[in-house]
Amino acid sequence: MVQYIQARVDTSFAALSDATRRGVLEQLGRADASITDLAEKFHMTLTGMKKHVGVLEQAGLVTTEKVGRVRTCKLGRRRLEEEAAWIERYHQLWGARFDELDQVVEELKRKEKTDGRKKRA
Amino acid sequence: MDARRGLEPTPMMNRTTVERKAEREFVVTRTFNGPARIVFEAWTTPELLKRWWAPKSSGMSLLSCEADVRTGGRYRFEIGHGASKPMAFFGRYIEVTPHSRLVWTNEESEAGAVTTVTFEEKAGQTLLVLHELYPSKEALDAAIAGMEGGMECGMDETFGQLDELLIMLGASPGRS
Repeated sequence: MVQYIQARVDTSFAALSDATRRGVLEQLGRADASITDLAEKFHMTLTGMKKHVGVLEQAGLVTTEKVGRVRTCKLGRRRLEEEAAWIERYHQLWGARFDELDQVVEELKRKEKTDGRKKRA
Repeated sequence: MDARRGLEPTPMMNRTTVERKAEREFVVTRTFNGPARIVFEAWTTPELLKRWWAPKSSGMSLLSCEADVRTGGRYRFEIGHGASKPMAFFGRYIEVTPHSRLVWTNEESEAGAVTTVTFEEKAGQTLLVLHELYPSKEALDAAIAGMEGGMECGMDETFGQLDELLIMLGASPGRS
C-alpha cells in the first residue's frame, strides 16, 4: 500500500510539472471541456492535447467521458481519499455479508448434526 | 485505517480484512467456524445465497437471485438499494471445484472483474479468500470512482488536493 501511495504521488507530481497541464486543470476548474476545446485554447494539436489529458487522467486529476464522438474532460477527485472510503465501504459490505453467512453456517452445521443422528438411529 | 468507528471488537477468527494487493486486485479474507463443505454449500445454493448476499444492515435487498453453479453456468443477481434503481450483477461461473474453489466473471461491463474464492479447511474452520482481479488498473479505479458518483463536495476536494500539490511543487501562489 505504501509503495502504491508513493507511486500515486509521483504520478501526480509528474502531471503537475508541466505548465500546459496546470493550465488545463485551471481551465477545467471553470468548466468541463472537450479535448478539441482544450487543444484550441492552448494552441495545440489534438494529439498533443490528448497526451496531456492522458497524463492528468493517469494521475487521477482529470476524468474523461466519451459521448458520441466527443470526449469531455472534467476535474477528477481526490483519489486516495476516494479509495480509502471505497475500501471502508467494501469492508463494511463484506463484513455484514459474512456476519449473516456465519448464521447460515451455524444453521447448516446444526442441521447436519440432526440429520446425522437421524441416519444413525 | 484501523481506527474504524462503530465496529465492535471481534474475535480474531471473525475479522474480515480487505486489501488492495496490487494495482488491479483486491483481496478479502475471513475465517468461518465450520467445515469447507458447509461454507461452500452456502456460496453455491441460491436459497442460501439469498440469505446473506444482501445483508439488511447494508440497506440492500436482493430482488432476485439466479445461480446455475457449475462450470459455464450463469448467474444473475438483482439488488435494490433504497429508492434508487435496482442494479443487476451477472456473469458466468468459469470454475467450480467442490469445497475448494469458485471462479466467476462479472459481465455488467467490459471492465468487470474476475472473482476467485478459495475455501481452505483447517481444524474444522474454513479460511475464505476472495480475490477480485480487474482487467486493468483503470478498470479498478473506475469501479472506485463509480461507487460514489454524485458526491457533491468533490470539486472542493479536488481543489484542495491541487493546492496541496502545487505547494509541494514549490509553485508560489503569486505566479498562478
